[in-house]
Amino acid sequence: MSPPGRPKGEFRSAQHEGAPMSPPGRPKGEFRSAQHEGAPMSPLSGPAAANRSIDAAVPATEAQALQEIPVSLAASSHLLQGAGTLFRKEILRFWKVAFQTVAAPVLTAMMYLLIFGHVLEDHVQVYPGVRYTSFLIPGLVMMSVLQNAFANSSSSLIQSKITGNLVFLLVSPLSHWAWLVAYVAASMVRGLAVGAGVMLVTVWFAPPSLAEPWWILIFAALGAAMMGTLGLIAGLWAEKFDQLAAFQNFVIMPMTFLSGVFYSVHSLPALWQTVSHLNPFFYMIDGFRRGFFGVSDVSPWLSLAVVGCSFVAVAAIAMHLLRTGYKLRY
Amino acid sequence: MKRSHLIPAISFDQVSKTYAGAKGLLRALDEVSFDIEPGEFFGLLGPNGAGKTSLISILAGLSRASSGQARVLGHDVVADYAVARRALGIVPQELVFDPFFSVIETLRIQSGYFGVKNNGAWIDELLSELGLADKAGTNMRQLSGGMKRRVLLAQALVHKPPVIVLDEPTAGVDVELRQTLWRFVSRLNRQGHTVLLTTHYLEEAEALCGRIGMLKAGRLVALDRTEALLAGRASTMLRFKTDQALPEALAEQARVTGRIVQLKARDAAEVETLLSTLRASGVQIEDLAIGRADLEDVFLEIMQGESA
Repeated sequence: MSPPGRPKGEFRSAQHEGAPMSPPGRPKGEFRSAQHEGAPMSPLSGPAAANRSIDAAVPATEAQALQEIPVSLAASSHLLQGAGTLFRKEILRFWKVAFQTVAAPVLTAMMYLLIFGHVLEDHVQVYPGVRYTSFLIPGLVMMSVLQNAFANSSSSLIQSKITGNLVFLLVSPLSHWAWLVAYVAASMVRGLAVGAGVMLVTVWFAPPSLAEPWWILIFAALGAAMMGTLGLIAGLWAEKFDQLAAFQNFVIMPMTFLSGVFYSVHSLPALWQTVSHLNPFFYMIDGFRRGFFGVSDVSPWLSLAVVGCSFVAVAAIAMHLLRTGYKLRY
Repeated sequence: MKRSHLIPAISFDQVSKTYAGAKGLLRALDEVSFDIEPGEFFGLLGPNGAGKTSLISILAGLSRASSGQARVLGHDVVADYAVARRALGIVPQELVFDPFFSVIETLRIQSGYFGVKNNGAWIDELLSELGLADKAGTNMRQLSGGMKRRVLLAQALVHKPPVIVLDEPTAGVDVELRQTLWRFVSRLNRQGHTVLLTTHYLEEAEALCGRIGMLKAGRLVALDRTEALLAGRASTMLRFKTDQALPEALAEQARVTGRIVQLKARDAAEVETLLSTLRASGVQIEDLAIGRADLEDVFLEIMQGESA
């Protein structure tokens, strides 16, 4: 049986169908010249004119604006600007909900400090001459940096995938490099912003000592970059929020808590010390803490090598996934 | 209307797509090949699941062809994706939006993805042309469905692409928006933009498209100028109302919608034959009308006639 015909102008509900580097540059104006050849711009000639149209009148002045089709193929500047736009968009995205993405993690870290600091202040001394509260602060700051850098890229990607608006990015000419740089850089900004916020509110509890501040900057930046990249991988892999939460709660959270945020690994039994040394998060926090106190469980150079190599490894994986369109382009 | 000396605006060359489904492999596209010339208004028609969106997804880079090549203005959509995508503006079928941003932010971001600097004047013009000027600062979540559809069109055009792809843009939109949209897109087409349209509304395709391709079960089953498609098939339709059952000989070829029956005929002699058969069978008919076949008739004839 045939479907009924639809009278013109009748309102109908949506009908959906079931399924869902640069070569040699072209000179400017090539698109336009192709069009001039094939489809004269006059409404009275060319294939376009052969089409039957609803609207017959074209204001001549408006035609000019539409002819200015951007045909410059200076790919590098386009890509830089594209990556810059994605970076700014990602910053704007978390900044619009800053209470949730910045203020809330700062408050959470403060709660940890208040409770653990109060309970353990008089019972634990990890480094000689260093109060437990002072020891705890760098760990909490770094934990906040890492968790928020991860949350930024992972939550942005999964939201865009589930709501479907990732299509706007997928149809853009942005390269996989641009995706990686923009998502990771924006994650670093959020992680470092939250870390700075935690630092700021904890000054009141224990004035920070800055024995070797360059390590603070290096490990904060590198740790945020690694977690932003890991968040990108998790966001690509996850198909629903549940999977992302599992990644966060069963991988990221244990690795963070078992990395020496609240203690020195030297206080652990030998077996768990060995296990801790297999956790890259340990090196991030140990190296970061070195910047505050000038002492650490392992050499900061070893930490730098481990964290640096880990970052390169996760960045390589992320690049591969982006290049192959893993769970993006089917 | 083939012009071999031109670089086609869109070119599909032996494009196939196979999906792995729960019931094994599903061949969504089967060696589809055709070109769309620069400046054309081309309609891609087919029933649900015919492969229209799969084909467009491959063109846009949202999906990868299992074999074959798609090109935009001569640029391969995989090997030369940056240039191909810069030349393409896609209006997706689904009503998607980013709830974090306002209309103007959405357009500025999309413009930035394509590396278009200082695009404020064109964005303002788009907002004005599409009746969005007073919604520029409104968050996307607060827009009606029709307004969101307008923003989708503006996003697709924000980098002034020479080739525009509209994937069922009028599905579920009201008359006013449909008119606004077609006026605007027709004007873009007359100004030289190539338009590829998929739609289920065949009267829209008949009114707008100079050339039409039809897909069925992943295969291209028709490709011709709209006039030629209309002229080459049964050109006369006999329409009437009846409450009675049709004789078996006619029932097989009739399109029946409630009381309305449509029978196709090649010429006046066949019309007379049909009426004689009805009279001989004692079928009482009302409101008899004889008219030209439209694209819907042609579409149904092709879809019913071609084997999958």
